[in-house]
Amino acid sequence: MTENPSIELLWWEGCPSTPAALAALRAALAEQGRDPESVVVREIRTDEQAAAEAFMGSPTIRVGGNDLFPAAGEPAGLTCRIYRLADGRPSPTPDPELLRQELTRRLSP
Amino acid sequence: MTAPLFDLPDTEGRVHRLADRVGAPATVVVFTCNHCPYALAWHDRIAAVADDYAGKGLEVLCINSNDASRYPADSPEAMRERVRTERWRMPYLHDATQVVAAAYGARTTPDVFVLDGDLELRYRGAPDADHDDPAQNASWLRGAIDAVLTGTEPEPAETEPIGCSIKWKS
Repeated sequence: MTENPSIELLWWEGCPSTPAALAALRAALAEQGRDPESVVVREIRTDEQAAAEAFMGSPTIRVGGNDLFPAAGEPAGLTCRIYRLADGRPSPTPDPELLRQELTRRLSP
Repeated sequence: MTAPLFDLPDTEGRVHRLADRVGAPATVVVFTCNHCPYALAWHDRIAAVADDYAGKGLEVLCINSNDASRYPADSPEAMRERVRTERWRMPYLHDATQVVAAAYGARTTPDVFVLDGDLELRYRGAPDADHDDPAQNASWLRGAIDAVLTGTEPEPAETEPIGCSIKWKS
């Protein structure tokens, strides 16, 4: 039997994007027939915690411990994360379609 | 409320004095930065406002007050590079001591303040209702500027600023 990988949303209070990101993540999971309440939401409070978690900004979404949108070279820290929408515009939250695609890819057996 | 005065350098070292804007039709002060996705998402709309109203005597003064020691993306060098590569036409001022942000009570990036010719505050808040919708076209900001230019009261006169918190020095 294969265990379901953990799905985490890491956030920091300096960014107001957490509710929108969490709602989008839960909606995407529900679309895939997964429990939207299975998301583990964890707050990152300090620079030390950010460094220890390799937290590159809020919000960060991880599946099985792996960043859903890895950004090589970005320093860890208490900051708001910059995502890119499908049309290239900067955004505080992931593009909803890209989020669905990445979840499908990471959660497929 | 009369806007707090400031003298701040831009990315080329030229000092901009808010007092020099007394008698100008309107002035916009925007607290913004390099590293915040909200500030970046709204940037083009604010720059378009600066362009569209330049002929009417408006100046948009962008101010970065973040603690660059903890957020290197907001360093003076990074500000200068951004102005150069993105060909900014608005002054990008560095509030190294954070005194100006504190005096304005700035909370987020962006946080927008519209001033009239007496430097009275006429609007404060977000550029428009949705950072994620370019069609909003900075409508609150434009409406406030139009009101100042025509001598009427902005509606709304205040909205909730939305964005990343100002990164204060500890």
